[in-house]
Amino acid sequence: MELLSPVAPGWGGTLLVGLLHSVEIAIGATCLGLMIGTAGAFGKLYGGPVTRDLLAVYTTVVRAVPELVLILLLYYAGTDLINQVLTAIGYSRVDISGLAAGIFVLGFVQGAYSTEVIRGAILAIPQGQIEAARAYGMSPGLMLRRITVPAMLPFAIPGLANLWLIATKDTALLAVVGFFELTLATRQAAGVTKAYLLFYLAAGALYLALSLFSNLIIGRVEAWSRRGMPSVREAR
Amino acid sequence: MSAEASAIHMAARASIWLKPHRIVLILIGLALVLCAAVFMRWDWLPQYWEMGLMGIWRALWILAVTCALGFALAVPLGLAQAGGPIWFSAPAKVFCTIIRGTPLLLQLWLLYYGLGSIFPQYPWIRESWLWPYLRQAWPYGVVALTFSFAGYEGEVMRGAFAGVPRGQLEAARAFGMSRWKIFRRIWLPQAFYRALPTLTGETVLQLKSTPLVATISVIDIFAVSSKVRQDTYLTYEPLLLLALIYMTITGILVFVFSRIEARIPVKIG
Repeated sequence: MELLSPVAPGWGGTLLVGLLHSVEIAIGATCLGLMIGTAGAFGKLYGGPVTRDLLAVYTTVVRAVPELVLILLLYYAGTDLINQVLTAIGYSRVDISGLAAGIFVLGFVQGAYSTEVIRGAILAIPQGQIEAARAYGMSPGLMLRRITVPAMLPFAIPGLANLWLIATKDTALLAVVGFFELTLATRQAAGVTKAYLLFYLAAGALYLALSLFSNLIIGRVEAWSRRGMPSVREAR
Repeated sequence: MSAEASAIHMAARASIWLKPHRIVLILIGLALVLCAAVFMRWDWLPQYWEMGLMGIWRALWILAVTCALGFALAVPLGLAQAGGPIWFSAPAKVFCTIIRGTPLLLQLWLLYYGLGSIFPQYPWIRESWLWPYLRQAWPYGVVALTFSFAGYEGEVMRGAFAGVPRGQLEAARAFGMSRWKIFRRIWLPQAFYRALPTLTGETVLQLKSTPLVATISVIDIFAVSSKVRQDTYLTYEPLLLLALIYMTITGILVFVFSRIEARIPVKIG
């Protein structure tokens, strides 16, 4: 049990740093995914035919290929591309930080899923509300801020919350490309001390605590976004 | 008459693909594929294709086995949560929460490295008939993927079992059916129809989880592509081909499931 203590001889501190990195990546990836998803949803709904087709290709391909393969592809391709651009315009090569690369890669994957979630949520808004906003002469930006986003949130939040939980778990995949997060930290600690079962169980408990804590927050947020709406049945 | 109708139908389907901007996009896509075929290095393919086919076969085999076993496990899990007494429903709920709350990669490594390091310490395990299996990697992969599928699908089945209208079950009971017969003839089929659309998605997700077994040294198609990358120092070619292979398998899965779904009566409940 002293192996788990947070100070030097124990590895608890290493695990906690790993957990912190995992949470950082999950937050960053979810934010990036939300931005891509919002833009993608509007592109799919209101964009021209070419935009729509390109976005359809993006969401289909990303959702059909395993995350692990996408992470490897984007990780190598992304860092390679940036370095080639940098050398082409006369700068020296840089080392892309694992954090930025991880956020970019997972955000790109999350973007495809949240595009579909947000598109579905916007489609679930009663059409009359949007027409009424147009009839009032609202500009598209004002309409987005005052009508579309608040009205779609109750429909989008269950799906987006699910995506957040997926993001926290997908950070574990970055261990395969050597980024130091909870799963890799666990593997290193277990490899050094040979206490495999102990450390994997401890890491599992940390992930589970993160999920359960998220569920608690999500419940609050969902209740807040549905304020003033008739309550739905429990089993929705 | 029907030939004419089907001709119109065919023309309508063809015209979806023959809009001018789509033709341009398809041409650009073809040009990209052609560029990839011409300018990238594919000379390693003859040497590795046999290994690749074995890898695809192994991935599909793992997918089929874990989905079947996982679904068999998900039915009792869902049933226990939907209508079981507390000493059945509570453990089932805890199991689903743990599986859904932790990453699959961690579960896999917990089983393979964690349990795998415990087993050899007990002589009676080393002497049992199971030992030749426990020394290999794939049983751990199959168990981890099965549990994962069961955990997610168990939650779906809970909703599906709970969604079957009470009246159906009451009518079955009024007919004098035994509990087992009600389950077999009424409850399970209707719950299965309800769960089928999500089953498609879960199966595709399961396919996308199979490459994780490559991290515990099972040689599936992902491991083959990693080996090609190590042997030839090529980064993109094996990965792009791998992505294409997974996309093809996903497409086939979605097509097959949509055919199964089309055979099932639409109006349920």
